[in-house]
Amino acid sequence: MASKMTTSKITKERVEKYLAEGKRFDGRKLEEFRDLKIETGISENAEGSAKVTLGNTEVIVGIKMNVGTPYPDSADSGNMMVTAELLPLSSPRYESGPPKFPAIELGRVLDRAIRESKFIDLKKLCIVEGEKVWTVFIDVYSLNDDGNLLDAAGIGIVAALKTAKIPKYDSEKEKVLFGDWTDENVPLSTEVPLSLTAHKIGEYLILDPTKEEEDLCETRVTIGSAKGSISSMQKGNLESLKIEEMEKAIDLVDNAYGGIFKKIEEQLK
Amino acid sequence: MAEFKRPDGRKVTEMRETSAKVGVIKNADGSAMFQTGKTIAIAAVYGPKKMHPQHSQNPAKGTLRCNYNMMSFSVTDRIRPGPSRRSTEISKITEWALEPALDLEKYPNMVVDVHISILQADAGTRCAGINAASLALAHAGIPMRDLVTSISIGKLDKTLVVDLDKKEEDFEEGEGPTDIPISMTGGKITHLQLDGKINGAQLKEGLKMAKDACDEIYEIQKKALKEATQ
Repeated sequence: MASKMTTSKITKERVEKYLAEGKRFDGRKLEEFRDLKIETGISENAEGSAKVTLGNTEVIVGIKMNVGTPYPDSADSGNMMVTAELLPLSSPRYESGPPKFPAIELGRVLDRAIRESKFIDLKKLCIVEGEKVWTVFIDVYSLNDDGNLLDAAGIGIVAALKTAKIPKYDSEKEKVLFGDWTDENVPLSTEVPLSLTAHKIGEYLILDPTKEEEDLCETRVTIGSAKGSISSMQKGNLESLKIEEMEKAIDLVDNAYGGIFKKIEEQLK
Repeated sequence: MAEFKRPDGRKVTEMRETSAKVGVIKNADGSAMFQTGKTIAIAAVYGPKKMHPQHSQNPAKGTLRCNYNMMSFSVTDRIRPGPSRRSTEISKITEWALEPALDLEKYPNMVVDVHISILQADAGTRCAGINAASLALAHAGIPMRDLVTSISIGKLDKTLVVDLDKKEEDFEEGEGPTDIPISMTGGKITHLQLDGKINGAQLKEGLKMAKDACDEIYEIQKKALKEATQ
């Protein structure tokens, strides 16, 4: 039941043997995702929330908003921020204490994917130019880590944002009426950004690794894109990628986008 | 006492709708969800495992280590992620509430970690967390003398009520609200806190109400554990 702390070298050899035949331990093809399930409205006090289940991986995303002052270099725009916590509840590998690198990277990569794609129309979140703008806080929590938290969290962010309502704001008292919502959605672009990650094991590139597979991955590249237009990338881990492999990763992610996008649309109806 | 009208129409001794489910976190050695009204707590147990760092090891018996954490969006006014003074205290209170029910003598130098996350908060989160944690410990097969149950007793103006929600915690009439979270195991009190104003006689009455409510929770917990083994 309890998940392991590491994956052995022997397993690695077997996984590679399988991959050479185009197979994986759980019967998936190399580029195939696990079952994706999205539930929204799972935490009522949030402006929007979602739980994403990808095989045995589960992640929760919540949106909160508040009014604050804009940054001087974007006086007419709202702010956004993604933070991620890898809860010790979600895996024996995570410990209590200040966030470690994996949690920080997860938050930052997803922050860039949402920010650079301009998915949230921050200009529309300006209340008084130079003085008062909305900040959108996107908080990610892992619930059960069985690999590929990053892609699952990216999907969760999209689902949570799509279902989020802006809180009421009393402009005379300059106070947000928390717990009381308008009918207004968070202004979003129709071009939905998805962060999808290609992982390299031996000579092979795969999508949506389980934790076991993730342990064996030598390197990975996360690509944030919307309808073929790429706006964020992160190559992670030590091992290098050949140019052809990078090209293949771009194609893999591009091909996977449509299927995931369709599943999100279906499940948010 | 029957005359008092609670904001949501409950009887004074009536808990909110309460449910529990065991086995909600696959990676964990034991886990549970406990929901009362709109308050949802999730608990996961990892261990017993070797205690690190070594100087924290207790050669006499195993250690229980609890960690209570509210998700930033679990309340209407976002809280900063990460530990706070409040969560640090509740984590310790939770250890004190649970440990008397555990038999950790077989696990010297080991630790049992209990992680509690509050997904949605409408008051009573520490009680929900303790109820979930107790279930998760049982689910993990940690030797226990009994389950631990927890409930908050409130006094609204002059009336004692069971299981305060947020609206009641913010009650402003008369003497205002008094909040008394209580945890019990085997009929004994392992945790009690009090904020407000109450006389001794009424507090004694409150303890009786807590005992009855805890008996109800006990049945809900037992049912959840049975469902998990089926």
